[in-house]
Amino acid sequence: MSNINKENKPTKNILGVLVQNQPGVLAHVAGMFAARGFNIDSLVVGRTEDPSLSRMVIVTSGDQATLEQIRKQLGKIVTVVKVRNYSEQECVERDLLLIQVHCPPEKRSDLFELTNVFRGTVVDVGSKSLIIQLTGTEKKIEAFIEVCRPYGILQLSRTGLIAMPRAPHKTGE
Amino acid sequence: MANTLTGGRPGHRWDGLGVPEITIGTLLERIKTMAKKAESTVSSRSSQSPLSQAGKVWNGAQILHQVLIEEGVEHIFGYTGGAVLPIFDVLYDSPIKFILTRHEQGGAHAADAYARATGRVGVVIATSGPGATNLTTGLATAYMDSSPVVAITGQVRTHLIGNDAFQEADVTGITRPITKHNVLVKDIKDLGHIIKECFHIARTGRPSPVLIDIPVDISSGKIEGPIDTEMQIPGYRPRFKGHLRQIQLAANLINESHKPVLYVGGGVIISQASDLIRQLAIKANIPVTTTLMGLGTFDETHPLALKMLGMHGTAYANYAVQESDLLIAVGARFDDRVTGKLDTFAPHAKVIHIDIDPASISKNVKVDVPVVGDAQQILGELVKLVEPNPRTDWLEQIEQWKKKYPLKYDTQSNTIKPQYVIETLGRLADGDAVITTGVGQHQMWAAQFFNYTTPRQFITSGGLGTMGFGLPAAIGAQIARPDKIVIDIDGDSSFSMTLVELATIAQYKLPIKIALISNTFQGMVRQWQELFYDRRYSQTKMYLPNFAKIAEGFGIKAIVVTDKNQVEDVIAQALKEDGPVLMDFHVEPEENVWPMVAPAKSLHEMELGRLA
Ligand SMILES: Cc1ncc(C[n+]2csc(CCOP(=O)(O)OP(=O)(O)O)c2C)c(N)n1
Repeated sequence: MSNINKENKPTKNILGVLVQNQPGVLAHVAGMFAARGFNIDSLVVGRTEDPSLSRMVIVTSGDQATLEQIRKQLGKIVTVVKVRNYSEQECVERDLLLIQVHCPPEKRSDLFELTNVFRGTVVDVGSKSLIIQLTGTEKKIEAFIEVCRPYGILQLSRTGLIAMPRAPHKTGE
Repeated sequence: MANTLTGGRPGHRWDGLGVPEITIGTLLERIKTMAKKAESTVSSRSSQSPLSQAGKVWNGAQILHQVLIEEGVEHIFGYTGGAVLPIFDVLYDSPIKFILTRHEQGGAHAADAYARATGRVGVVIATSGPGATNLTTGLATAYMDSSPVVAITGQVRTHLIGNDAFQEADVTGITRPITKHNVLVKDIKDLGHIIKECFHIARTGRPSPVLIDIPVDISSGKIEGPIDTEMQIPGYRPRFKGHLRQIQLAANLINESHKPVLYVGGGVIISQASDLIRQLAIKANIPVTTTLMGLGTFDETHPLALKMLGMHGTAYANYAVQESDLLIAVGARFDDRVTGKLDTFAPHAKVIHIDIDPASISKNVKVDVPVVGDAQQILGELVKLVEPNPRTDWLEQIEQWKKKYPLKYDTQSNTIKPQYVIETLGRLADGDAVITTGVGQHQMWAAQFFNYTTPRQFITSGGLGTMGFGLPAAIGAQIARPDKIVIDIDGDSSFSMTLVELATIAQYKLPIKIALISNTFQGMVRQWQELFYDRRYSQTKMYLPNFAKIAEGFGIKAIVVTDKNQVEDVIAQALKEDGPVLMDFHVEPEENVWPMVAPAKSLHEMELGRLA
């Protein structure tokens, strides 16, 4: 017999967790992660098309056994209605970034151009800085942050990932 | 009143939503039909329930009381306080019997033991703040051992919550990790269905404690009927039926195996599957070892019984597990006290794991054939599929281990050996008593030297290991089983933690027998200090009171036993007594529990101690 905790490399996992829209649900979910020593990379909660339900998108990491435990332990929480593993299917994934970059007037056009390349939007222009908004996959967001870094990042805020599985059969495939 | 609903088997369990892909619309539809289905099975009376009548005015406490009655609650344990005054007011002339313990922890342990002794939900009530925080040890104890307890706590008025009001504590926050579910009721409209949901959650699936926190303005607030009692828990779907395909795979493994061992835990008691374990074991000649929580599932006087395994298990159980080629785990969870060093636990064995909680499977060890579902249903199928097999060589080998390494102690000593006291208790109580314990050496000797023959006979804090559990647990067990002899086999230090409950025993005239194994030490810790800390007995020597005088002060008969030759007579006399008796056995102070698997060692490396 083998010890389950001695296998596999850590991987990232995206879970879609449908929960009852009730006070205390977030505490139950966050408390379970804390009590069992599981990681949360990001957690986003929002309303759904049904007012009695909310959806959490949780990005976690761990080895296979840990991820399996996370899914099962989530499933045990009474107010959790359904747990889906988004990593097992093709999903649209989006993160939203707001980033304030140091930007004297002479650098504005550079940054505007960069923002365009990444299909971001400048949402605020100050005398020495810009706020840029960008949505996309985590990879894209991270790439953009790296591009901004040389200019001087004053503030940065991200929503964390939300995701939605694509329709099972795409036309044209 | 008799109510089958709270009997061992839940009235209804929801089927899993076996469909991976569903929309919220269909989900909600299913939820509604499931809720209806559940409602109609869970309480066929709810249509006639006074709660469903229009126009009748209720206060919150009355709604609570009515649901308790409909859930079949006959006894409640607990303590009063300001935030539960409206609740105690309805209990004043209720058919439900209230048992006032002297401390809320005692109330929680009693409710827990009541549940363990019967399979019915145990109920405990406490006031807000300190009343509720006093429950926590009891809830954590019940949680670790999967015992169905519903705790009802008072809370400060809704508008004061969060203001550090007098006797306010964030009780749902504090108890979140030690309950299966908890709810702060914020609107009297929700009270009815929440209480129903909590009972359903506590007793179905993997049973566990559930807590309902009720602000005092809600228990005293008024609302006009009909009261909503329809359950709204779409996320709660414990799986009941095991996959037939998995069961067939399990049967194949069993049929192919030469040296199988059944490793049986408390889950089998909960699911009332002991009889099926017996059938399976006998049909296929599979030896059975149980965890601490599983004692009683398999008659320990049967030749196939290996008794308990693990840290203080029998040598033959541990050797059998280490030699086995197939381990059939049923309602057990591969706790570290059972497995010792995980990497070398049952090194040659394939593993079948049957459990109602999917999260228990593959938590600690890799499982070859998992079967999620109710043990009774799964074993029922499995028994049909396994083939009879004499397994002569394997049973022969086990017989040799049993002969070579029996449980032993020094019977020639002049002092009273604790094992002798427990063995004698077992012999004179004819194996047919309900035993509760504290935690420590006496608990292990009670597990080793008393032969358990029936489920729900041994009530102990296994998972949490809560000292002080024994006495209040005996109260719960005796209330639940007035027909049985209930014996609290307790350690002097454990007993000291909750001995105030002697008052409860006296008040309700409960004929509990207390066998104190007084060794003047926190014996189990002293044993570790002896073995691993060079006999530096730091803070483990106890300054003990005169327990007999204490008992007498509470109006309870007491006998002090210092002579080995008195042990048998005293026990015989105490067992005949109609009322409670405390027997204070002054035993050998530095006796050790053997065998022992030292921490982080493998089962086969167990030390046999003086037995060898
Ligand atoms: C509430 C609590 N505190 C501390 C412990 C740690 N502990 C485990 S066994 C033990 C000693 C128990 O002594 P006693 O009840 O006299 O039983 P004995 O081992 O002597 O039979 C202690 C302190 C515990 N299990 N529970």
